Amino acid sequence: MTITIDLNGNSHEIPSDVGNVQQLLENLNLADRILIVELNKEIVPKDAYDTPIKDRDQIEIIHFVGGG
Amino acid sequence: MNERYSRQELFTPIGEGGQALIREASVFILGAGALGSAAGEMLVRAGVGRITIVDRDIIDWTNLHRQQLYTEQDVIDQLPKAVAAEKRLTAINSDVDVTGIVVDVTPNNVLDLIRGHDFIVDGTDNIEIRLLANDAALKLGGLPFFMGACVGSYGLTFPIGIKEGQPCLHCLLEILPAQTMTCDTVGVISPIVVTTAARQVADVLKYITGAEFTPKLESTDLWTGERASIDVSKLKKNSCPSCSANPTYPFLSARESMRTAVLCGRDTVQLSWPENRKFELDSFAESIRGTVSKLVHNPHLLACEYGGHRLVLFRDGRMLVHGTKDIVAAKKIAAGLLG
Ligand SMILES: [Zn+2]
Repeated sequence: MTITIDLNGNSHEIPSDVGNVQQLLENLNLADRILIVELNKEIVPKDAYDTPIKDRDQIEIIHFVGGG
Repeated sequence: MNERYSRQELFTPIGEGGQALIREASVFILGAGALGSAAGEMLVRAGVGRITIVDRDIIDWTNLHRQQLYTEQDVIDQLPKAVAAEKRLTAINSDVDVTGIVVDVTPNNVLDLIRGHDFIVDGTDNIEIRLLANDAALKLGGLPFFMGACVGSYGLTFPIGIKEGQPCLHCLLEILPAQTMTCDTVGVISPIVVTTAARQVADVLKYITGAEFTPKLESTDLWTGERASIDVSKLKKNSCPSCSANPTYPFLSARESMRTAVLCGRDTVQLSWPENRKFELDSFAESIRGTVSKLVHNPHLLACEYGGHRLVLFRDGRMLVHGTKDIVAAKKIAAGLLG
């Protein structure tokens, strides 16, 4: 079973056991990065990463990188 | 000559009035690597009045696939990036007053370097120096800082200080990363460099010409096609040590004696001595001639091979030790040569 989210403009399937923002970040290997996360156009603060994710949610994630 | 900017002036949001404003702009480009090269070229072609571009490094073969101001001959001549960038940018547009400075930007010199410019364009390669620039820009009365960063096929931009009530970089980065991805670990392709720099420069042109826009944190991955654009206004922190009502500018106060850094994408350690120790490159070249091999000595630097590593010494008191990321090993090599 999977659910489908819109992730940074692309349709993205994730296992349905990924139930919240924190689990999504772990699934994407982004959990240890410096990130800004937006769920359905609202920024999700770090202390609210247990916010549930549902099918069709629109998620934007920007992570900081060093190079340039 | 004055057809030069006609196509830019025909672009209605700029017009002749905007072109006159661009002409008055005094730009500080922090870093003359990939982003600094691309942004510098666009800005001189656009006809800004003055550009200062600073960089601590020399040009290397591994830079040429993405650092558009440099040529094979610059690598052979072992030119510092700031020197080659000044030469190339002046050749592109001799109307622009371009100054390249070979220097490591630190808490000690950052304010003096930036003062007198209208804004900062980010061409750096690590988060610590971006936070230093963020503090410096705020301390100098809130100069805009056009942040940009990229690795792999992914880049992000964030214009800071162009509108009241917006967060600074420090507001967004509560926790500092122990390690971020660098060009060293995941590589980088030139299209994302140009895309990232293009966004920075578009924001610069909008800012100079007084266009209304809401600054956003934006990212693009050219390989996966992912993009994101987030309005981060709500992340402004009233307790931010950098941009609150009573700022302490923590990144401006870190002063150490001997500084070390591993350079992005270079397998290189930089050692910086305190300001009171200047290298006399001429006499130094004479004294080590018998000890080292492949000695190259030009007006800007001295390069040689020693202990299995290529070493480059700059007049401003720095040494690059190539072929290692091990700071302790690099210090040992420096001690072996400098005593
Ligand atoms: Zn702040």
